[in-house]
Amino acid sequence: MKFTLGWLKEHLETDATLDEIVEALTMIGLEVEEIDDRSDFNAFKIAKVLSAKQHPDADRLQVLSVDTGEGEPQQVVCGAPNAREGLVGVLGKPGDYVPGLDITLSVGKIRGVESFGMMCSERELNMSDEHDGIIDLPQDAPIGTSFADYAGLSDPIIEIGITPNRPDALGVAGIARDLAAYGIGKVKPVEIKPISSSDSCPVDVKIEDDEFCPAFGLSLVRGVKNGASPKWMQQRLRAIGLRPISALVDITNYVTFDLGRPLHVFDADKVKGNLKIRRAENGETFLGLDDKEYTLKSDHYVIADDNGAESLAGIMGGAASGVDESTTNVLVESALWEPLKIARTGRDLGIITDARYRFERGVDPAMMVDGLHHAVALVKELCGGSETAPIISGKVPEPSLVLDFPTSEVNRLTGISVNDDAIENILTRLGFEIESKSKNWKVKVPSWRPDVFGKADLVEEVMRIHGVNNIEPQPLPALSAIGSKILTTSQIRARNARRGLASRGMLEAVTYSFISKEQAECFGGGDKSLALANPIAADLSDMRPSLLPNLIAASQRNSDRGFNDVAMFEVAHVYLSDNPDDQHRVAGGIRRGTAGTVTGGGRAWQGNAAKVSVFDAKADALAVLEACGMDASNAQLVAGGPSWYHPGRVGTLQLGPKLILGYFGELHPHALEVMDSAGPVVGFEIYLDRLPVKKAKATKTKPPLEISNLQAVRRDFAFVMDSDVEAAKILRAANGADKKAIVGVNIFDIFEGESLGEGKKSVAFEVTIQPWEKTLTDEEIEAISSKIIAAVEKTTGGQLRG
Amino acid sequence: MSDDLKQFEAEILANIEAATDEVALEAIRVGVLGKKGTLSERMKTLGKMTPEERQVMGPALNGLKQKISDEISTKSKLLSSAALEARLKSEKVDVTLPTQATPENAGRVHPISQVIDEVTAIFADMGFAIAEGPEVETDYYNFTALNFPEGHPAREMHDTFFFNEKEDGERKLLRTHTSPVQIHTMENQEPPIRIIIPGKTYRCDSDATHTPMFHQLEGLVVDKAANIANLKWVLEEFCKNFFEVPHMNMRFRPSFFPFTEPSLEVDIQCDRSGNEVKFGEGNDWMEILGCGMVHPNVLRSSGLDPEVYQGFAWGIGIDRIAMLKYGMPDLRAFFDADSRWLSHYGFRPLDIPTLFAGISQ
Repeated sequence: MKFTLGWLKEHLETDATLDEIVEALTMIGLEVEEIDDRSDFNAFKIAKVLSAKQHPDADRLQVLSVDTGEGEPQQVVCGAPNAREGLVGVLGKPGDYVPGLDITLSVGKIRGVESFGMMCSERELNMSDEHDGIIDLPQDAPIGTSFADYAGLSDPIIEIGITPNRPDALGVAGIARDLAAYGIGKVKPVEIKPISSSDSCPVDVKIEDDEFCPAFGLSLVRGVKNGASPKWMQQRLRAIGLRPISALVDITNYVTFDLGRPLHVFDADKVKGNLKIRRAENGETFLGLDDKEYTLKSDHYVIADDNGAESLAGIMGGAASGVDESTTNVLVESALWEPLKIARTGRDLGIITDARYRFERGVDPAMMVDGLHHAVALVKELCGGSETAPIISGKVPEPSLVLDFPTSEVNRLTGISVNDDAIENILTRLGFEIESKSKNWKVKVPSWRPDVFGKADLVEEVMRIHGVNNIEPQPLPALSAIGSKILTTSQIRARNARRGLASRGMLEAVTYSFISKEQAECFGGGDKSLALANPIAADLSDMRPSLLPNLIAASQRNSDRGFNDVAMFEVAHVYLSDNPDDQHRVAGGIRRGTAGTVTGGGRAWQGNAAKVSVFDAKADALAVLEACGMDASNAQLVAGGPSWYHPGRVGTLQLGPKLILGYFGELHPHALEVMDSAGPVVGFEIYLDRLPVKKAKATKTKPPLEISNLQAVRRDFAFVMDSDVEAAKILRAANGADKKAIVGVNIFDIFEGESLGEGKKSVAFEVTIQPWEKTLTDEEIEAISSKIIAAVEKTTGGQLRG
Repeated sequence: MSDDLKQFEAEILANIEAATDEVALEAIRVGVLGKKGTLSERMKTLGKMTPEERQVMGPALNGLKQKISDEISTKSKLLSSAALEARLKSEKVDVTLPTQATPENAGRVHPISQVIDEVTAIFADMGFAIAEGPEVETDYYNFTALNFPEGHPAREMHDTFFFNEKEDGERKLLRTHTSPVQIHTMENQEPPIRIIIPGKTYRCDSDATHTPMFHQLEGLVVDKAANIANLKWVLEEFCKNFFEVPHMNMRFRPSFFPFTEPSLEVDIQCDRSGNEVKFGEGNDWMEILGCGMVHPNVLRSSGLDPEVYQGFAWGIGIDRIAMLKYGMPDLRAFFDADSRWLSHYGFRPLDIPTLFAGISQ
């Protein structure tokens, strides 16, 4: 909502400065978003052309000598056709900023002739689109004085942001009322001159749906002359960004912003028969004043005559019955419309107008009739003519809302201590009526405040006029002396996974939760319920089922920039359906190039980093489990996993077949193709919420430490077995041979070669045997060895290498 | 001692002196003191001597044996220390060679995570817990329960992402704010409630300053006394501690949100004259959050009696306060996962925000 300071002062008697008014507006909730003090215009002075001579080297240019009102006349080169000796115009001098051109003038040489400034057109000063010639002022315009002052362009423009609850401030008069209540000046009431014609309006109005249109006012003014509106009105409209069109149109726009009362004018001679407010017919077309054709539906409403729809009620007039310079008889409309229906029609048709904006927020019903009288008076004043008595169809609703208001609410909700007199004073100044002051006040809400319907709303009124800055902060009482743990298990896991993975050299990324449908389908998603109806882009259409796609895409972007060794993770939600239980918190990550877990990657004099492998991803996955407080060795590891991984290089971590903790592996070439990414890339995903919750214990005591002072014995074994025997099986067998004595089994060599035969491998491991009571004899060690050999041979079908 | 013995001794000592390494010295020792060494051979002759001769030669030979042993031992120490010195000299390496990059120095935590940890540290001290909720929401929790009337312009201002309508007519959406978690919390927890709700939020909007996904921090206090004065205190304490300035001037302005009444917007004082924005000084105001008293209708829809319970709520952009505090110029870069950006603006894993060691390092 824009207005000028001068316009405001038409409704508000005040000596307050612009700064004071701006500060007050913001503090009462009418936030000032922009102030244009019009200083752009200050530099421009009225100047007179003393002589105009043909430019020696350019047919269309003249060299002017200009009297600036002080000092020597200045030489100015000018191309305007109307530049002539004796013209009084507007001069911009070197150093002045020209708003319409967005340039700062300097001394220039135009075709070899020096020019000390520019005679300006209206367009160059952002006053209008007029650019056929330079500004041509009356001869009596005072030379050397500020053009802005002369032309009334120095009136500062204030733009405020209006929250949806304050339609009352969508008119300058309403803003003045609020400021006066705050103590800035006194309201100058708008003087409404009632129509006193005995002539009756010949056009009848029929309301078919009084829920949509509770009341409708119409008045005919005959014999008008629709020329340009007066300069003061044009200047104000232009200042707030509206283009003056004609007096009749300008009056409707002016009253819309002045009183917050939208109006419409029809050319009475183009209206056939009576007016009817009705639902549109499905498929009915309507040509708007914006020259666009709209196809309507039956839940849209129109004002129609015998020719059809003449106006999209409350939103936009129609081209067919619009006024123009030939209009002599005009119908002025002032009506009430149901806000939600206006909002719906406007939204459906994509039309945003100043009328819709006001009607859908709620206009003051009490202003319907007064606004009509006011508009008709303006029409007569600016265009002449004689009016008819208005027709008022339907019934303007009387304000009837009376609220119970215990004044103690003010202190209860805000902490402000004000007495009842102060509260009464504030509410009264805002137009509320205190009907009763017993224990619970009865407060009548004024017609222009549709946002007030509860006692909390009244508290807000008192608070904002009392001044929020006058509320002294008060500490929130502490609930306990020392705060307790506030994070949930899930939150702690996310936090630890994050810092754990970062300490493994990975960068934490945060990426969008949506990916393309193709990607979603490739990574186990694509559920219909998770496809957005209105995605912001085609490739951001589905909620992600996995964190990996975005990380792979990001790694490829980094690779394209020359950073191929990328290790990146994200801890965020994935979505398996639109059910809240299917939103899972996952820690997932990828590595590519040589960004492995041991070094930072790349080449080095000590040896180049190896390419990432599935075991980097496995180490990351297990590290997440450990970071979340789980003993990773308790997780079952099963070869195989989802389709987006390499089928031979993927593992699933689980606690039984139904409780999948996560996956790790090398990404499948098909998945990388979908992601448009080169490979190999390895990755992992751990479902943090599926990890088992540790049992709460009564004490924090750790189990006693059991160690032996006897030296452990280490023995190496090597077996030849089928290549597809899993390492886990060997480890399990060796460990199980003597659970007490064997404290460690470590595979240190895997060998496959022709010497072993096809399909065979050799696996060598070291077993650590721990004596507990006494040093083991050779025989005892031999006995354990034999058990190990027997167990491994039996489980794996392998043979001890001789 | 006989001349013969003197010469014998002199020769041996000269040989020891001349030895240049431990191998040569060992050869001398074996040649003299070994089983068949020259001195050992002489010692063997003692048995055949007369007692008188033996009385003279015994001590002489034994003395010589001792002397030579000592000399060899001394020489041995000299030689081994020289050898060690030579070896160490040969083992010199170029310690200026670079070490390999280590993962723990490369890893980074995203600024959003870091700021959430910072905020958590501050609010934990004021007794707040952290609440969370679903991002795929129903219209009821995102709007209706929060007092957004059907068809109200405030609903439209939210640029909501919707999912496709299902057969039963239900149409889910992506939450446009973290406020639905207020309702979930109040439905499930008896007051007093003190929570903050950090989380992802979504709006169908994308330009230089808006991304379709962003992060909000909601706060909610519900008890039987919490009022605007408390709200001002909480937010002032938060801003001061988060921006780590000794005092922070804040401006509270009346505003409008459907789910609070009265509603306020909050600006913080700042100085934008230099390259960096400084807080707590200067002549500018910067809007950073919206807040207010929980609307009676919101309390009611959560099953709480507004005549008994009251409270306040606020919402603040996590990405935005991260940008303000740490100076990232562009919101979009937060979600682009450019490794250079993450390395530069990210935080080391051990930089854990705490009140006792500082919110930031």
